[in-house]
Amino acid sequence: MIQITNAVKRFDGFAALDGASLSVPAGCVYGLVGPNGAGKSTLIRCLTGIYRQDEGELSIDGQSVWENESLKSRVAAIADDWYYFPQAAIRDMCKFYRGFYPSFSMERYEKLKEVFQIDERRPLRRLSKGMQKQAAFWLTLSAMPDYLVLDEPVDGLDPVMRRQVWSLVLGDVAQRGTTVLVSSHNLRELEDVCDHVGILDHGKVLLERSLAQLQDNMVKLQVVFKDGGGVPEDLEVLHASNVGRIHTLIMRMSAAEAQNRLAVYEPMLVDAVPLTLEEIFIYELGGADYAVKDIVL
Amino acid sequence: MISLNYRDSRPIYEQIKDGLRKLIVTGAIGTDEKLPSVRALATQLSINPNTIQRAYNELEGEGYIYSVPGKGSFATGEAGAGTARRQELWEKTRELLAELRYLGVSQEELMALLAEEPSGGAPAGGNKEGTR
Repeated sequence: MIQITNAVKRFDGFAALDGASLSVPAGCVYGLVGPNGAGKSTLIRCLTGIYRQDEGELSIDGQSVWENESLKSRVAAIADDWYYFPQAAIRDMCKFYRGFYPSFSMERYEKLKEVFQIDERRPLRRLSKGMQKQAAFWLTLSAMPDYLVLDEPVDGLDPVMRRQVWSLVLGDVAQRGTTVLVSSHNLRELEDVCDHVGILDHGKVLLERSLAQLQDNMVKLQVVFKDGGGVPEDLEVLHASNVGRIHTLIMRMSAAEAQNRLAVYEPMLVDAVPLTLEEIFIYELGGADYAVKDIVL
Repeated sequence: MISLNYRDSRPIYEQIKDGLRKLIVTGAIGTDEKLPSVRALATQLSINPNTIQRAYNELEGEGYIYSVPGKGSFATGEAGAGTARRQELWEKTRELLAELRYLGVSQEELMALLAEEPSGGAPAGGNKEGTR
C-alpha cells in the first residue's frame, strides 16, 4: 500500500505539491490524472525518492521512501524521461538493473525478448523514442517489482505495443498482485486499466475514488419534462444543457436515486447514461474553475 | 470471444457481463463449463483484473455463474438466472414493443412472432433459451 499524507514540495517558493494526500491499496491499479502542471510528475518523483518532500509523509508498505534502499529495490519506476547510460545498450542496462533489483529474473528477460524484438546490443541512444520506452518496460517488467510507478507510460508507443504492454502489466497485477500507480492523460485508456482514480489539481488531490464508486456517484440524464418545461429550480444539478426540449443533466448521485428524484416532476422521458471518465474529469474540474473556455480566435 | 466497444457508453464491466451472459444464454458456454480465468481475460482484453472480477461477482449474484474456490467460475446453466435480470428484460421488451407499435407493426404480427419461437415466449422470457 502506498500512503501519501500532506506532501508539500516547493521550488523557489512555488508549491508544486501543496498538501497532497492519497492512498493506493495493495494490488490495485491507481490512475493519477490532472491538468498540465498539477504536480503529477513531482508527486511521482517524490514517491520514487528522486525529490525529497519539504513536508508530509510518503510511505510504501508503511516504510518511509527517502534513502530507503531495501524498499526501493521492490519499487520500479518508468519516468517520463527514462534514464540510461550514454553508451549503454539494453544488455548493459540489464546488468545495471540486476545489480539494483535482487528479484530481477533473467528467465523473464529472455521471454520478453520475444515480445519486444529489439536488438539488445544496439546502443539505446540510437533507438527511437518509442523503442526506448519499450526497452524501459522490458527491463522494468523483468525486475519483477512489487510496486510499479509509471509516468505517462505508453506515450510514444504504437497501438499494438500499448495493448501488449498493458496486457503484460495487468497480467502481473492479476497473478502477482503488483500495485501500480500510473499517471496519464489518456482517460479512455485509464478507464480500462485502472480501478482507482485520483484527480490532482494545483498540488492537491481533489478527489480519489474507486472507478466503480465514481461511476455510481455521478450520472448523466436525458430528460424531457412535461409541457416542454425547463429544469425545476429546486433540483441540484452539476451541469445542465439542452437541445430543444431534451435536457441533459449531470447529477451527483446514483442513477436510481436520480430517477426517483425526477419522478416527482413526472417527466415524459428519463434516460440515464453512464459517464465516461473523461466527462467526470471535465465536470469535476469544471467545479474547480477549469473548463474548456469558449474563445474564438 | 468477448469484444469490447470503446465507443460504447456502457461501462467496461457491463460490456463484459453482457458478453459472458450472451455466451451462456446461447449455450456457447455450456452448463458447468469453466469460464476463462480472471487473469486470462485481463491479459487478453488488457483490462483491469478487478473490473473483470466485478463482472464475475455480479453475474454470480444474478445466478448465471457459480464459483468454486481455487478452481474458477462455472456456468450455472438454464433456469438459474435471478429475478432482477428477468425484470430488466421485461422492461426492455416493453420498450421494443412500444417502438414496434409506433412503426405500425400490428398485434397479429407480434403474436405470429411469439408463435414462431419453438419454446414459446422466448423473446419475453429471455432466459429459457439455450437448452442446446
